[in-house]
Amino acid sequence: MTDQPVIPSFGDDDESDRKLAIICSKGNLDMAYPGLILGNAALGEGVETHLFFTFWGFDMITKSRMGDLKFTPVGNTATHMPMGLTPMPGITGMATKQMKKTLEDLDIPPVPEFLEQIVAAGGHLWACRLSADMNKLTDADLYDGVEGIISASDFIEMTEGAQLLFI
Amino acid sequence: MPTATINGKDVQIDAEGFMTEPSEWDEAIAEVLAGNIGIELTDAHWKLIRFLREDFAKQGETATTRRVQTVGGVPTKVQFELFPKKPAKKMAYIAGLPKPKGCV
Repeated sequence: MTDQPVIPSFGDDDESDRKLAIICSKGNLDMAYPGLILGNAALGEGVETHLFFTFWGFDMITKSRMGDLKFTPVGNTATHMPMGLTPMPGITGMATKQMKKTLEDLDIPPVPEFLEQIVAAGGHLWACRLSADMNKLTDADLYDGVEGIISASDFIEMTEGAQLLFI
Repeated sequence: MPTATINGKDVQIDAEGFMTEPSEWDEAIAEVLAGNIGIELTDAHWKLIRFLREDFAKQGETATTRRVQTVGGVPTKVQFELFPKKPAKKMAYIAGLPKPKGCV
């Protein structure tokens, strides 16, 4: 028995410069979540977190699409469905609906709400310049929490010293 | 299991210092725990801590920051203001509960 209670270390005393940069390059529903979950977890641990949305990942921050990402079993052997059946009409819709329900049951927020939570927790969202140009999209088309449309070199410069995840 | 004397009361703690017996917690202990990590408890803090305690009693699990927002009604941003940097763990520590297990 000790008289002095052990006090957990919450890292408040050490000036941590840990930074995490996550590049989200996929626009499938299932591939949107790893970046969101890890980014949110990092923020909850006091880590400065930047998410960069590029190529298909642009759908995650495009207002007209972000709430409508899809999951498809086509070509995905991990679903353990007979591959010949997966391209049948309606399968992608069914699989998407099922995945959304599973996520909702676990109280995992839909993509737009998840981004809102990340921004509220202090996370930074960045859109890729080339993806915006390719899709002919501007700030007005993007989720309000996106801080800017920046070039690849801007992002690299901004995340100097960060740990990086490419998803 | 190590024990510690907090506010004159013997309580069980884990290796990190989190209380392991929620029933040993009381509000006076919370004040001491909060002081240990440099937080002065205001009404806003108390609202959240009481929610965590009630929710744990019902669910048997510590609420995540997400649940504190959706069920407890305290926005994420406010949680980070009240318990800077690591809100989920700090809230749990002060409320005498285990760290939350959920990912989101």
